[in-house]
Amino acid sequence: MTRRWVGPALTALVLAGAVVLIVFLPRMTSEFRLGQFTYVAIYFIALLGLNILTGYNGQISLGHAAFMAVGGYTAAVLILGQEGFKLVGQEPAEIIPKHGITPIWTIPIAGLVTGVIGYLFGLPALRLAGVSLALATFAVAVSMPAIAKRFEHLTGGGGGLSLPLPEAPFGWDISPPHWLYYEAWGAAGILFVVAWLLVRGRVGRAWRSIRDGEVAAVSSGVSPAVYKTLAFGISSAYAGVAGALFAIQNSYINPDTFPLTLSILLLASAVIGGLSSLSGVIVGALVLEFLPIYAQEPPVFDVNFAKQAAPVVFGVVLMLIVFLMPGGAAGLLRRLTRPIVAAASRRS
Amino acid sequence: MALLAVENVTRRFGGIVALADVSLELEQGAIGGLIGPNGAGKTTLFNLITRLYRPNEGRIAFDGKDLTRTPPHRIVRLGIARTFQSVVLFQNMSVLENLLVGAHARLRPFSERRGRKQALETLDYLGLGGLAERFPGGLPFGTLKRVELARALAARPRLLLLDEPAGGLNHEEVGELGELIRTVRRDFDLTVLLVEHHMNLVMSVCDHVHVLNFGRTIADGPPEDVRRDPEVIEAYLGASDSAAA
Ligand SMILES: Nc1ncnc2c1ncn2[C@@H]1O[C@H](COP(=O)(O)OP(=O)(O)OP(=O)(O)O)[C@@H](O)[C@H]1O
Ligand SMILES: [Mg+2]
Repeated sequence: MTRRWVGPALTALVLAGAVVLIVFLPRMTSEFRLGQFTYVAIYFIALLGLNILTGYNGQISLGHAAFMAVGGYTAAVLILGQEGFKLVGQEPAEIIPKHGITPIWTIPIAGLVTGVIGYLFGLPALRLAGVSLALATFAVAVSMPAIAKRFEHLTGGGGGLSLPLPEAPFGWDISPPHWLYYEAWGAAGILFVVAWLLVRGRVGRAWRSIRDGEVAAVSSGVSPAVYKTLAFGISSAYAGVAGALFAIQNSYINPDTFPLTLSILLLASAVIGGLSSLSGVIVGALVLEFLPIYAQEPPVFDVNFAKQAAPVVFGVVLMLIVFLMPGGAAGLLRRLTRPIVAAASRRS
Repeated sequence: MALLAVENVTRRFGGIVALADVSLELEQGAIGGLIGPNGAGKTTLFNLITRLYRPNEGRIAFDGKDLTRTPPHRIVRLGIARTFQSVVLFQNMSVLENLLVGAHARLRPFSERRGRKQALETLDYLGLGGLAERFPGGLPFGTLKRVELARALAARPRLLLLDEPAGGLNHEEVGELGELIRTVRRDFDLTVLLVEHHMNLVMSVCDHVHVLNFGRTIADGPPEDVRRDPEVIEAYLGASDSAAA
């Protein structure tokens, strides 16, 4: 007899372990390390969104850092308000609210704003697919810094915007880095559940059906226009939330905070984690945060590579993964756990 | 009134006239056959009915409603489902999920459980129960054809368009398919339009046969009349090998 609950039970166990680890990690590590794990949560969110778009819906985005920038600027401008904005020596645009908003509320707003912009971008992108879509999104990422510099009344121009470190709310007695860590992982947890609910049901199936065969999807009643733009909107909303958290954690944003290379590394990490699987996303996020750090200063060999070494190492790892583990980390995990699940299911 | 009415439809691809002034009617509950040599325009007519293509001239009505302005993804909602000549399944989705996509238009946000149950029932009905969690890759072509049939049935259509369902089947299996098409029509209360090259299958299950050649209608009537039609015999002798089976 097969036991259908073994697989889900294993998943639940791993998830519970992950939650415990995330909650207790701050006690086990330095504040500096903690900051790195906050970035892991931020990348995790961005990669969840990118995976929805590219992994589940098959639309390649080489410009996701630009959507993060939209979220980052939205949060920064809302946190500062016109009063704070004036400190950078620029005249703030009219649409910026007079007074700043509590940072945490700027995160969902940034998600919403970026989601709408991504949705609007998804409309013309409907005419594109494959390489042309990759190029179009790439173009967005390329032009983003110039656009940010041009609209200095909204973005502070090249000088950027400095943000205050947010205090924990409700008189909670923890330091700002700890608060940011919990805030980022809280958002990551919520958005993970949302992504999971989306991809496992009717919407996720519609996304994947379009990816696998648009004609058959249409004939089954799936509207490509509706679901492709929806994927763009939701994916961008995730990027916006990630960008807002990034700006807050970074205490600073300028046109180079979300560079072109980040867009490329995001896509690479999504592939490394495994496309169209949520379990691998955490691996992608860890790789995206820590690989560049270790690529610069490998702990094993006593050498210091140049700063530029990181993308090279990233590229090599990516190539290895594409050739050796086509499903990414998630695919490897599936292959490793399948025998365990199968064995456990067989025993009665 | 006919359930499906194709009226004077013409469709061109560049210089090729894939369909020229074709008219066809299908009564509720009937099994219609659509035959003709390779390139006669059979698949094109399916693509016009499902609105993947638009006719250059003429109109197509389903249950009295003109389909010309219906967007392609709305077709299944009206009650028309199809299979494809060259099998177009979702490769990275399980057989069960393929059926659930087939049922997309019927599923509501909180009917997931019921949808799964119905999909499993449909698979069982077609003798595919053991394949629910399998992926299409690696399954034999004949089985894939049947999975596609299951996906189309998952939409609970009123009109089912089958494009060469006997592909990949041996002689004996073709006989069983004829039986299956009839029982499916009865159990699912269907009207069927069948494209096939297997003449015996067409002649044994269809109530009515429409013959195309180079995009033109050359015969239309009960199977026994069509079979004896000199123009039909001529067309098939002319195109010989693939069609004569
Ligand atoms: N999308 C298209 N673009 C260009 N020409 C097409 C297109 N679809 C069909 N045709 C042409 O229209 C004609 C009819 O093709 P169709 O596929 O409808 O034939 P068929 O009767 O289904 O043939 P078969 O028995 O080989 O499946 C052919 O000449 C074909 O090349
Ligand atoms: Mg054909």
